[in-house]
Parts: sequence; C-alpha cells; structure tokens
Amino acid sequence: MLTTNSTILVLTALNALAGGFFLLTAFALIASRQSLACLKAFIIQSLLLAMSALLLGYQNASVSLLIVGGITIVSKVVLIPWLFLGTLAHELRTRREITQVFSITISLLISLVLVIFAYFIAVTLLGASPKQEATINLPIGLAGLFLGAYAITVRREAVPQVIGILAMENGAFFAGISIAPDFPLIAELAVAFDVLLIARIMGVLTMKVHQHTGTTAVGEMAVLREE
Amino acid sequence: MELIYILIIPLVCAGLSAMPTKRRWYPALITVIGTLLAFIEASRVALEVSSVTEVVAIKGWVSCDALGALLLLLISFVALTSAIFSWGFTGKVIAQNRPERVGRYYRRFNLFVFSMLAVPVLSQIALVWIAVELTTLLSVFLVSFPNTSEAFEAAWKFAVLTCMGAGLALFGILILYWGVTVSGGETFTWSGLVEAAPKMPPALLQTAFLFILIGFGTKAGLAPLHTWLPGVYSQTPSPVCALMSGVETSTALYAIIRLAPAVHGIHGGFPEQWMLVFGLLSVGLAAFLLIQVKEYKRLFAFSTIEHMGIILVAVGLSGAGAYFGASYQLLTHAITKSFCFFAAGATLRLTGSREIVSVRGLIRKSPFVGVSLFLGALAISGAPPFAVFMSELVILKSGISNGQYFSVGLLALFVVVAFCAIMFHVSHMVFGKVTDHSQVSALPRSYAIGIGLAAIPVCLFGVYIPGPLLNLLHLAATLLGR
Repeated sequence: MLTTNSTILVLTALNALAGGFFLLTAFALIASRQSLACLKAFIIQSLLLAMSALLLGYQNASVSLLIVGGITIVSKVVLIPWLFLGTLAHELRTRREITQVFSITISLLISLVLVIFAYFIAVTLLGASPKQEATINLPIGLAGLFLGAYAITVRREAVPQVIGILAMENGAFFAGISIAPDFPLIAELAVAFDVLLIARIMGVLTMKVHQHTGTTAVGEMAVLREE
Repeated sequence: MELIYILIIPLVCAGLSAMPTKRRWYPALITVIGTLLAFIEASRVALEVSSVTEVVAIKGWVSCDALGALLLLLISFVALTSAIFSWGFTGKVIAQNRPERVGRYYRRFNLFVFSMLAVPVLSQIALVWIAVELTTLLSVFLVSFPNTSEAFEAAWKFAVLTCMGAGLALFGILILYWGVTVSGGETFTWSGLVEAAPKMPPALLQTAFLFILIGFGTKAGLAPLHTWLPGVYSQTPSPVCALMSGVETSTALYAIIRLAPAVHGIHGGFPEQWMLVFGLLSVGLAAFLLIQVKEYKRLFAFSTIEHMGIILVAVGLSGAGAYFGASYQLLTHAITKSFCFFAAGATLRLTGSREIVSVRGLIRKSPFVGVSLFLGALAISGAPPFAVFMSELVILKSGISNGQYFSVGLLALFVVVAFCAIMFHVSHMVFGKVTDHSQVSALPRSYAIGIGLAAIPVCLFGVYIPGPLLNLLHLAATLLGR
C-alpha cells in the first residue's frame, strides 16, 4: 500500500513537473525571437503533453490515455516538424528577427495576466466539479490555450502564427487529458489528423503567400483594409 | 442509409474530378450530378425525419434529426446551384489557358461540400468539431483560388482566425464532455447532452457554452471576431462565396444553437443574454458598417454578419415562436444570400469591377443581371413579400409577445438601417446613370441557369412554403427548445 501511495506521489510530482515546463514552453513561444526557436519550443511542449498523458494514463491504468500519448508523439513530435521542415525549410532557417506588435517585456507581462485569468477560470470549474488529476492540468492547459491565442494575435510572421494555433490545441489537450480522459479514441485520432492537416495546409499557404507577396510578415498585409 | 450516401457522394465526386482528363467539362458535369444526387438524398432524409424524428445510419455516430435535416437540405441545395454556377466560372479559367486548375477547383469544391454535409450528419459532438474545422481547412485554397496577393491575404486571415476560434471551441467541447461524464451521461451526442444537462454543474455548462460561442462564433462571423469575413468574401470566387456565406457560416452557427436546449435557463438565463448581446452587437455593427461599404461583395458580406446576428438573437429571445423564427431565418438566409452572391458574381463577370461606384445603370447593360441583383437586394434586406421579411417578422412578433421590448426594438432599428443601406447602394448600381459605356462581356448560360434555379425559392417562400418544409421548420424549432 505504501509503495502504491508513494508511486502515486512520485507520478503526481512528475506530472506537476511536466506541467511547469509546459507553461514555460508556452512563454518561450512568446519570448523567442526566431521561427526555429518557436518550432523547438513547440516540439518540447508536445513532448511534455505526451509525457503528462503517459503519466496520467499509467496512474489511472487508462489505456486510451497511453494511446493519446503515443499519438501525440507520432503526430506532433515527429510528423509536424517533418512537414514543416519539408515545406518551410528556408523560412525556418533564415535567421531573421521576428517582430511582435508589442515589445517582448510587455508581451510577457500580458501573458502573466492571461495565466492568472486562466487560473481563476480553472478554480471556478474545479470548485463546481472537483477532480484530483485536473488541479495541475486544467489551469496550465487553459493558460497554454490563452498564450497560444495571444501569440497568434501579436506575432507578425506566418510561421509563429501557425505554431500558435498548434500550441492552442496542445493547451486544450493538456487540460483535456485530465478532464476528459476517456474522450472517444476515434475523435482523438481525428483531431491528430486534423492537426497534421493544419500544419500541412498552413505550411503550403505560407509558401504561397511568400511567393505572391514576397514576404511572410502576414501581420503587415493590409491590402484588405478592415472596415 | 441515405446519410451514408450523402457523405460518400461528394467524396466520390472529389476523386473523380481529380482524375486527369482531356474533356474540360467533365469535372463540372460530375459535380453537378453529384450535388443533384446529394440534394435528392437530403430531401428524402428531410421527408423521412418528419415521421421518425431521427434518421439513424449508425447509432450514436451518424444520425440526423429535423434541425440537422433542415441544414442538410440547405447545404445540398446551395451546393447544387453553386455547382451549376461554377460551370461558367471555371469556363473563364479554361479561357485563361490553365485547364489543370479546373480539376483542382472541383476537387476542392467537392471536399468542401463534403465537410459541410458532415456537420449535421455526425451526432458525436467531438466529431462535429472536427467537421467544422475541416470546413475551414478544405475551403482555404478555394478562397485563395484567384491566386492574387489579395486572395492569399484573405485566405491567411480566414485560416488563422477561424483556427484560433476552433481552438477555443475545442476547449469548450472538452469541458462539455467532462460535464457529461460527471453527471453520469453515457453518450456524447447532441441528444445525450440535452439529457445530461440538468444534472451537470451549471458552472461547467456555462463556461463550455461561452468558449463554444466565441470559438464557433468566430467562424460564423459574429462580431467582434468577424474581421476576416468581408475581405474573404470580396476575394473568393462567387460560387464559393455563395456556399460560404449561405451555408458554411450556418454550419458553425448550428453548432452553437444546438447547445441552446442544453443551456436553457441556467443561471437565470445567462446564456440567452450572451446570445442576445453577441447577436445584437453583430446586427448593429453590420448595419452601420453597411452604410460606408465600397464593394458590392463586401455589402453582402456584412449582410451575412447581420443575418447570423439575427438568428442568434432569435435563439436568445427563446420561446416557441422565436425558435421557429430562428429555423425559418436559417432557411431564408441560406437561399437568399446564395442567390445574392450569384447575382454579384454575374455583375462582376459583366463589369469586371468590384467597386460599387464603378457599376452604374446595370439594368440597361444587362436587364437580366440588373433585375437579379435588385431582386436579391430587396429579398436579403427584408422587403415584403420576400421570405426574409416573413422570417424577421416572426422573430420580432414573438419577441414582442414575450415582452422583450428592448431587444426587439434594437433589432428592428438595426434591420431598418441595414435595409436602407443595402437598398441605397444597390439601387444606385442598378438604376444609376450609365457612366461607363464600354461593351459588357457575355454572360455564360450556366450563370443564368444557376441564378434562375436559385431564384425559385427566393420568390416562392415568401408567399408559399410547401407543407413538408413547413413541418420540418416546426420540428426543427422544437429541437431548439427544451
């Protein structure tokens, strides 16, 4: 009994560690100055998501979570970087400073506010329906979701915006593995496929935008003025 | 089995139209036949649903009730008229010596139609999310089809903003799933959700609803996240615009209003108030932005935002009458707006200009296009005796009988402003003095056929709705209430 208890404690601590690093990578997405650094942060984030899924899966003896961890590694750690490097190698390798609407310091401060906001939403949800495993994953996943959305809105370059979209899904699933562990597997598979499709289509679109407009600073495209 | 056919037909058509061929009209013909078959199957589903309440193909996975059948019918009808209209559109592409692009256009067109048809047919909410996301991903390259820098910019904004919305909606759906498991619900379908909702912690339901409202609202073009929409509709080929505006926005809205019976009445009507706020904001913003619009395709784009707002307001008003108004408006908007975009597409083909100011005296240049555009403007802005007028009247009347004078008053004001703005711009285009005396290009026959076919319900449904369709509308309305 003692061993099981301590095993669970160790697993929970490891999961908390994964959560902490997950949040750090979400900040890294906002703070990094190079497209390649963004992609690296995303890969590490996906690895941490998979790790958390595997830990929770082992802890709850849930096969479906273990499969989710496997799917995440295959789709987000292997296939997406491969797709990106295939279509956007040039784009990723150019060492160009990628700008934001705000300075990085201000962006990080806003991100902090978003994290606190996410924490409050999570507390309300957990208050309404307590769930042990979700105390770490829910607020951090929600924060990842918000930070991804924030990265999309302030980034001016195409690649970091796409990574922002993928990071949002990572955030949603980081929360999801704790609150909806037995989410239908077919849906998980479909989402993984969907994420691959996003990476592929947005990658091709980035390439075409570059061909036709001569730049990937999508934030500065303003031919279609918003009325 | 019809439901399975409906899903398979567009996929088969996509495969067939991608095949390399010498005959350039071949993918166009395949697509017209495919959409016609889908429309026939959808009509059969719509007829069947009134007697069995739910048509089931695979229990718990693929099924369709009255609200879904209504959407299915609308999507397949607009897809059919749009496929006919596309024939003439792609004819132009061939004239530009890029025949290989025709097959590509039709492959994407069919896949896009497939993704939209999947939304009402799938009953698992998680899969509906994926279908809605697919409607974005599979239409991105249709938006960028003109291959201009403006089109790519529009496609980029469209994809990024709607994917961001989808991320938020995904989180909402995960919370919803959590709520269903907590309350002991077994299936994560629309009907399972309505059953489980009363036992769910209201905080979960409310948060999930907000995330989904904002997330899918981005895709439906609800203010303040509508900013991608006008640019996209101004660049996208007109037949695709008809699909996107007429039914793609409705599929996203469908995913929101399907939650209405589940969230009805929690926290003293909190979700209803949010729907009213978002709906009125969209209607109001669109109505005033309509005044200063410079391009006629943008005019209809803002009108789309207005109509999405009206439907959301109708659901927010709640009550049997308003729910009927919402499903009625879903129908009238889809048929009328697609007609408007066909007329706009024909105008663009004739004049070669997107600007309102450079199109004057259209009725003298081409009586057919001039009359269609004017008819479309009258119908979409809600002039009697067209169908949109009737559906808006139902919504306003039911709001008044509920005693929600403030919301109804605002809605009526905005609708009148929008009416004046649309009629002001379009009447100048149609009846104004001809300034540009250049020769107009001839209109392809398929444009005339597409417009003619789309005009039938636009003119008919204001004065007469066939019995089975009216029945379907009533059944759909009951599904929006508890």
